[in-house]
Amino acid sequence: MTTLTVPKRPEGRVRVWRLAAMIMMAITAVLLLVGLGTTPAFATTTPPPTAAAACATSATTGCLQGTIKLPSGDPAVGIKLEIKGGDLDTVATTGSDGKWSQAITVAGPYTINLDTSSIPDGAVLDSAAKNPATVNGALNKNVGFVFKIVGGTTAEDGTTTQTPTTDASTGVSFDRFLQQLVSGIRLGLLLALAAVGLSLIFGTTGLSNFAHGEQVTLGGLLAYLFANVLGLNLILAAVISVAICAATGYFQDTAIWKPLRRRGLGTTQLMIVTIGLSIALQYAFQYFLGASTVRIDMANPVTVQLGPVALSQQSLVSMAIAIVVIALVGFVLVKTRIGRATRAVSDNPSLAAASGIDVDRIIRLVWTSATALAGLSGVLLGLVLNGVNWQTGLQLLLLMFAAITLGGLGTAFGALAGAMIIGLVVELTNLVLPGDFKYATALVILILVLLVRPQGIFGRRERIG
Amino acid sequence: MSSDVPTTTSTITAAGAAAKASVAGVPHEPGVAKPDAILTVDHVTRRFGGMTAVDVQHLEVQRGIITALIGPNGAGKTTFFNLITGFDKPSSAPKLIGGPKAGEAAKSSFNGNEVGNIGATKVAKQGMVRTFQLTKALSKLTVLENMRLGAKDQPGENLFVAMVKPLWAKREAEITLKAEDLLARFKLLEKKDDMAGSLSGGQKKLLEMARALMSDPVMIMLDEPMAGVNPALTQSLLGHIQALRDDGMTVLFVEHDMHMVRHISDWVVVMAEGRVVAEGPAGTVMDDPAVIDAYLGAHHNTDLGDDSLLTDEVAEELAAEVTAEETAEGKA
Amino acid sequence: MDQFLTTLVAILNSAISPQTAALAIAAIGLNIHFGYTGLLNFGQAGFMLIGAYAFAISIIGGLPIILAFLIALVAAVLFALILGIPTLKLRGDYLAIVTLSAAEIVRMVGRSSLLTNITGGSNGITGNEYRGPFTDLSFFGDGRIDFGPWNYDATGSNGWWFIATAWFVVALLCLFVWAIMRSPWGRVLRGIREDEDAVRALGKNVYSYKMQALILGGVIGAIAGVVYILPASLQADSMGRSMTYFIFTALLLGGAATVFGPVLGAIVFFALRLLVQGLAGQFVPGTIMNGQQTEQFAWIVIGITLMLVVIFRPQGILGNKKELSFDVK
Repeated sequence: MTTLTVPKRPEGRVRVWRLAAMIMMAITAVLLLVGLGTTPAFATTTPPPTAAAACATSATTGCLQGTIKLPSGDPAVGIKLEIKGGDLDTVATTGSDGKWSQAITVAGPYTINLDTSSIPDGAVLDSAAKNPATVNGALNKNVGFVFKIVGGTTAEDGTTTQTPTTDASTGVSFDRFLQQLVSGIRLGLLLALAAVGLSLIFGTTGLSNFAHGEQVTLGGLLAYLFANVLGLNLILAAVISVAICAATGYFQDTAIWKPLRRRGLGTTQLMIVTIGLSIALQYAFQYFLGASTVRIDMANPVTVQLGPVALSQQSLVSMAIAIVVIALVGFVLVKTRIGRATRAVSDNPSLAAASGIDVDRIIRLVWTSATALAGLSGVLLGLVLNGVNWQTGLQLLLLMFAAITLGGLGTAFGALAGAMIIGLVVELTNLVLPGDFKYATALVILILVLLVRPQGIFGRRERIG
Repeated sequence: MSSDVPTTTSTITAAGAAAKASVAGVPHEPGVAKPDAILTVDHVTRRFGGMTAVDVQHLEVQRGIITALIGPNGAGKTTFFNLITGFDKPSSAPKLIGGPKAGEAAKSSFNGNEVGNIGATKVAKQGMVRTFQLTKALSKLTVLENMRLGAKDQPGENLFVAMVKPLWAKREAEITLKAEDLLARFKLLEKKDDMAGSLSGGQKKLLEMARALMSDPVMIMLDEPMAGVNPALTQSLLGHIQALRDDGMTVLFVEHDMHMVRHISDWVVVMAEGRVVAEGPAGTVMDDPAVIDAYLGAHHNTDLGDDSLLTDEVAEELAAEVTAEETAEGKA
Repeated sequence: MDQFLTTLVAILNSAISPQTAALAIAAIGLNIHFGYTGLLNFGQAGFMLIGAYAFAISIIGGLPIILAFLIALVAAVLFALILGIPTLKLRGDYLAIVTLSAAEIVRMVGRSSLLTNITGGSNGITGNEYRGPFTDLSFFGDGRIDFGPWNYDATGSNGWWFIATAWFVVALLCLFVWAIMRSPWGRVLRGIREDEDAVRALGKNVYSYKMQALILGGVIGAIAGVVYILPASLQADSMGRSMTYFIFTALLLGGAATVFGPVLGAIVFFALRLLVQGLAGQFVPGTIMNGQQTEQFAWIVIGITLMLVVIFRPQGILGNKKELSFDVK
C-alpha cells in the first residue's frame, strides 16, 4: 500500500505491544469481574427441579439432551422423542421444565424423531426444523439438540400451518416489544464487537474481509473446545480462545496479508482471497467438529427476570462485557496515540506513512485486535445463542457488512451505530414478521439507506478533484 | 524554466494570427465578454466542506482560439475543469428544494446548448471532449482499440447490432482508417497493436489527445497536457495543440506554469484561489498585478492543495475578498 | 486401482453433468459482469434462484414451457434493474454489498414458511412438479444410450436429453459471448472495466452500458438456474452464497474475460473436488479421515485453490495476464 518506509522507533513498538497486552488483560479482568460479580448480584429465578432423570456423563456414558419451549416461552411438557441409534430404541419425554435427556453408552449417530402429535394444540414444529434429526452422540459428553416449536395449527390430515407470528391477530404487546428491544440491543452489541474489527480492517487496508465471519465462529468453537471438551473453567476458556483468535490475526497478517500487500495485489483480488479462505475455514470447522451445533456451557441457562423482560444470565454478562470492551476500543481509538495513528492510517495511508507512522505495524495491530474482538464476539454469541456451529459467523457476516455500510464504510464509530441499528431491526422484525424474514428486513433497510445516503449514516462524502 | 521552452513553436501561422486578431479588441479584465463565445459559464461554485475551491461568476471562452487556464497550484483549475465537463457538480447547481436563488444558480452553455447539469457523457456528446491530468489511457486495451473507442456514431455499440458483425464492420473499417491516420500524425502508428499500458508517459498523453480527436470534437479540453512529459516531447505536443486550433477547433487547456503557455496560447485566463483574477493575451497578462499577486502574493509559499490549509481563516479571507469585490462592482 | 477407476468415472460423469453445465452458464454470466465489465456481482446465485423460481412456479401454474422460460428471463431483467438503479452510479463495493444482500433476501423469502404454498418453503419444489413439460419435448426416445464411459437413460432426469440440452445452451452462450465481446459494444465494456471516467469523457453512457451488462449477465444467470433445477429439485438453500462463491471460483480458475474460461473452470472445479475426494478416500486410512471428512477435505482444497489461483495466476488457466485487469474501482 505504502511505498514509504519510515524509520523504526523501537520504543514505539514496545508501546504498541504493551498496549495490546493491556487491552488483553483488561478484557480478562472484565471477564473475570463480570463473571464473578453477576451470579449473586441478580435475583435469579432458580429453575424448577428437573423432572426428567438427570443424565451424568462419564467415560462410558454420554448424554443426548435438549430443551423444548412453547412459543410463549413456557417449557413444553410431555413432548415425546423417539431416539434410535447405537443400541438404543427408546422414547424420551420432556419434563416439567421442558428438558429431555437420554443417556447413551455407544458413541455414534442417533436419530431423534419428535412425535408431532405430542405437541399441544396451537403449536407446531417449526417447518425449518429437521425432524427426524440426526445427532452425533459421544461418550463423556453432553450433546444437545433443539427442536423449535412455533405457533400454528395442525389440520386433520396432518399438514401444519404455521402462524406467522404468535400474536399477529392480537397485535404487538408492549411487553413483547420490550423483550425484542432488549434482544435487539444484545444482538447489536455482539454484532458491533465483530463489526468494529471488520470496519477497522477495511479502513486501514481497503480490504473487505469475507473470512471475518469465520473468525467469529472460531472464537465460539475454541471456547467450546476448552470449556466443554477439555472442561476448563468458562472464563479461562474464553480468555484462551480470545488470545488464540488474536494470534490468528497476527499470524494471518504476517503470513498472508502483508506479503500480499507487498506483492501489490489489488483490493478486489485480496477480497477474493478472503472468500477462498472463508470456504476453506468453513469446511475445516466441519472437518474437525462436524456440522452440528455444539454448546459451550452445558449448564442450562438461568433466566433473569427484569420487569417484563426475561434474559438468560449469559446474555446479561455478555452484554456487559460487550459494552465494556466496545467502550475500551472507543477509548483507545480516540484517546491514545496508537488509536489516533490507526485513524490516521484509515484516513490516508500514504499521508500517515509520510508523517512517521509505521503503517504496517498499525495494520498488524488492527488485524490482531480485529480477530480478537471477533473471537470474543463468537464466544459471547455461543453463550447467548446457547450453541455454536460452523456457520454461526457466516450468518453474521452479511449483518456485519450491512452494519458497517450503514454506518459509513471504514468508520469505526459508524460500525458501532450501524450494528446497533441492524441488531434492533433484526429483532424487532420478529414482532411483525415471521422469523424467516428477520435478516431480510435488515438487508432491505441497508439497500434503502444506500439509495438515499450512499456514504452511510456517518460516512463523509468522498472528496472529488 | 523559461529557457526550456522551445521557441520554434511560436511561429505564427495564418490561423494563429486570425485567432489572436479575433480577441484583439477585448478588454483585459476578468469575466469579460468575448465577440464569439463558444462556452459561457455563470455562477459556478464548488465547496468542499468549509473550503471554496471554485467560485467563478462569469467566464466566456472565445471560439477557435487556444485559451490557457493558468494559475498556481490549488487555484481550482482542475476542479473548474471537472465542473464544466460534468465530472463534478457545482455546489451552486439548481436544486429542487433549497437551491440557490433564480439567476444565481450555476449555468453554463456550450455552442448554444445548456450543458450545466447534463453529466459528463452528454457534455462529451455535445462535442466538448476532455483529457485528464493523470492520463487515462486504457492500459489493458491496445493502442488501436483505445483509438476506436473514441469514435462516435458506432452502430456496433448497440448490444443488438453488436451480435451481427456485418452490421458494424463497415463503420469499424472507417474508424480504423481514421485511427491509423491520427496515430500516424501523433507518431504512434507503429505502436498500434501494443497495449496502451506499455507506452511512456508522454506517449500516453499523445494517445489520450489522439483518442479525444477520434470524436471530431468542437472544443477540446486538455488538463495539464505537459505534466510528466519529457522535454523532448513537449515541443511536438505544443505543436499538436497549435495544429488543432489551425484545424478550426477550440482549445482550452490547463497549465500551472505560465511560461509554458506563452508561446501557444491566444488568450490566457488566470485563476487564483478559485476565482478568475485576470484575463488577457499571454504577453500582457503576466504583468497584471493580480497575477503577480496570485503567483507571488499573500499565499505565495503555500499550497492550497494541502488539507491542513483548508482552514476557516482561508475561507473567511476569500469570502471577505469576494464581498469587497462585489461592493466594488456594485459601485461601478 | 479399482478405486482410482471409480474416481475417474465419477469425474467423467461430473464433467458432462447438467449441474456442471449450469455452473458453467452461471459463470459465463458472471464473466460478463466481472470479467469483461468489472462489476462486482456477488449475487449471481440470486439471479439463478430468481430464474429457477419464476420458471418452476410458472410451469406449475399451468403456463407453457416457452412462456415459463421467458418469464424467468424477464424476472432476471427486473431483478437486475432493481439492483442496478441504486448502485451502478456508486463505487463498486456498493454493488457487491447490495447484490450479496439481495441474493440472500431472495433466498430467505423463497424459503420462508409464509410462502410455502408457492415456493415450497425450505423444502423447495420437487423436480417432478415442473419437469414434465421439458421431458415431453425430448426426441431422444426411451431406453438407455451408452457412450464410452457414460451410460444414461435417453430421456429420464439426469439422462442424455438433459445433458444434451444443457451443453447445447452452453455452446450457444459461448458463441454469443464471443460474438458480442469482439464488437464495439464489448470494447466499451472493457474500457469501463479499465477506467469509467475515461470512457465517460469519450461520450459513452457508462451507466447504461453497466446496466446492460448487469442485465445480460443476470439473464444468463437465470438460464443457469433453470438448467440447474431441471434434472434436480428447486431448493432455495442450494443457491445461496456458497453457490456464488463457487461460480467465482470456477470463473477465476478457468480464466476471467475469456470465452471458454468459465466452461473449463466449471469442469475443473468439479473434477478437482472429486479427484481430491477420491484420492483422499483411497490413500488416507478411514481411521484418520472418514467418508464425510474426505468430502470436507476436498472443499478445503477448493478454498485454498481459489486463494492460490487469485494470488499466483489471477488470469486463470486460459487468460492472458496482459489483458486481464482485476481491480474494480
